[in-house]
Amino acid sequence: MSKIVRGRPGQTSPWLAIPTIAYLFLTIGIPLFITVVYSFLQRAKIGMGVTWHFSPKAYKDLFILENLDGTTTFDTRYVKVLWHSFQYSAVTTVATVVLSIPIAMWIATRNESTRNILVAAVTLPFWISILIRTYGLRQIIDDNGPIGWIAHKLGYENFHIIYTPIATMIGLTYVFLPFMILPIYASAERFDFRLAEAAYDLGAKRWTVFRRIVFPSIRPGVIAGIALVFIPALGSFLQSDMLGGGKTNMIANVIALNFTQARNWPFGCALSVLLILLTLLLVQAIRLISKKFGDQVSLV
Amino acid sequence: MLRSALSAILALTMTACGGSSDPVATTSNELHVFNWTDYIDPNEVKRFENETGIKVILDVYDSNETLLAKIQSGATGYDIIFPADYMAEQMRELNLLEPIDVAKLPNGKNIMPSMMDVYWDPGRVYTAPYMYGTTAIACNPIDTYCPTIKSWHDFFTTKDPKVSVLKDEMEVVSAALRAVGVAGNDLCTTDKTKFQAAEDLLLGFKPAIIESDGATERMLNGTNTLEHTWNGEVHRMRPQIPDMIYIYPTDGANLWADNIAVPVGAPHLENAKTFINWLMDPKNIAAESNFTGYDNNIVGSDAFMDKSIRQDPAVIPPADVVSRLSPAPNCPQEVRDMYTQVFTTWTSSQ
Repeated sequence: MSKIVRGRPGQTSPWLAIPTIAYLFLTIGIPLFITVVYSFLQRAKIGMGVTWHFSPKAYKDLFILENLDGTTTFDTRYVKVLWHSFQYSAVTTVATVVLSIPIAMWIATRNESTRNILVAAVTLPFWISILIRTYGLRQIIDDNGPIGWIAHKLGYENFHIIYTPIATMIGLTYVFLPFMILPIYASAERFDFRLAEAAYDLGAKRWTVFRRIVFPSIRPGVIAGIALVFIPALGSFLQSDMLGGGKTNMIANVIALNFTQARNWPFGCALSVLLILLTLLLVQAIRLISKKFGDQVSLV
Repeated sequence: MLRSALSAILALTMTACGGSSDPVATTSNELHVFNWTDYIDPNEVKRFENETGIKVILDVYDSNETLLAKIQSGATGYDIIFPADYMAEQMRELNLLEPIDVAKLPNGKNIMPSMMDVYWDPGRVYTAPYMYGTTAIACNPIDTYCPTIKSWHDFFTTKDPKVSVLKDEMEVVSAALRAVGVAGNDLCTTDKTKFQAAEDLLLGFKPAIIESDGATERMLNGTNTLEHTWNGEVHRMRPQIPDMIYIYPTDGANLWADNIAVPVGAPHLENAKTFINWLMDPKNIAAESNFTGYDNNIVGSDAFMDKSIRQDPAVIPPADVVSRLSPAPNCPQEVRDMYTQVFTTWTSSQ
């Protein structure tokens, strides 16, 4: 009998972690290792790939531009693209937070069976390929689509959002919304709404109740949501490609270009490494923020 | 009753699949074709299957580079691929193509004599000709800017708000080089000042869209009225916009030729040869031209091609513009890098 109850919870055999570690090693560790190694090699002569000669050129190319006239200057091109990616991801994150809090709160205040249906509805888009959904969105926000038609009927003759940065951000917001709603809902579901009622009874105004009673309780969800939206948004390329008209370059578009048309794998790898380092910095920042508030953010 | 109907259906599906209980028969009777999107007539594929008993499995790609990446990563199981001219040469240099003596196949005699000794495959050992075409400018006649566009220089300096450009560094940068005075046979120039001039020209150019996909669709729904595109797309727009203008720029345009080839290690080599031979039959290749809207390089196919194609100046270049056309450049790495640099600088400045 005593053999079954072998220890306190959390003290089971460490060997049970082996499948997880093996999985992470195979799917993240090895590819990451290859990316870093390739970024220090020379590109292959014609086709894709690399040759096994050490070269730091890819990293030099990130910041130093050898002009066509032979002079060298600081290369602002990739810094600019990175800055754009940050802007688009930041706007997307803010938009999803603003949209998700009311949605998540509303779902959390329904009865249990309705809640289950609504949560399923939030995850429903995952059943359809992201490519098809983005194509669908393109038809909707096109100048000749329903949104354009309504805008024209309302007298906005110069309505035009498709193939602009705004379209890219709409696409990102649309795709990442469920990743914000779900963690906020998970926090909101545990919130005791009687506390809000008590605050009202004690004379607090609506905004005060939200700010001082509700928000601190859902903050872990918001922070988790920010991590789940901002970081993948930073690495997105489909939306800027399909909705931004190929002009609103995000960093992932440049990475993709280097693995295809430009055929410069070491440089593509160096850009990826740069993006990974920036992402790590962000994760650290989010951890510090959540620590400051004393929240437990399980997803980071 | 129901049961026998069911087993009949089952038997039918089994035969259609080549009989999954017999793997040997299955493998010897298949052909894995890897082609560009929308670039082969499905009805013709069915006819090929009926005539030869070979089952075709089709997979598609969107660019020469995607094709190269897939084939180079090894063991993909494809039997037939469709590389363009420059890509065929690079794949041959990388030993990725199977020498199948295309010219010696029964229908090899149908290859147009002028297309026998092409630079990517002298004597046609590795590749058979498929479609060929040009990359230039399409303009919807409702666009008042149409008459102002005569050259690439006009195109890259236009103020037309509804202009789109292919997302293709080779096409965009070579056109910009032509616009600054580089001749069609000198597009692999190592003269950096020419690239600088092309870059300066491009930096002043802000098109509405930079994208290769959906050019036809965008023209038809009015998103674009002026497009950097392929001639076959213009032909495909004609049912809706019959007088669509295809402009052969005075400073030249790229001529390209797609090929049918067999990657090394193709599992169904004999079936692949049968397929290539079948597509070099004038009647069969004409059917593909009718479907794709592009001309082909097989002697005698004209007789089977739709009149609308043979009389379309977008598909068959008029005699007076032929001299403006030159093959799409296949440049050495150092030059190709300058193309990349100009293209990256331009797209990140948008």
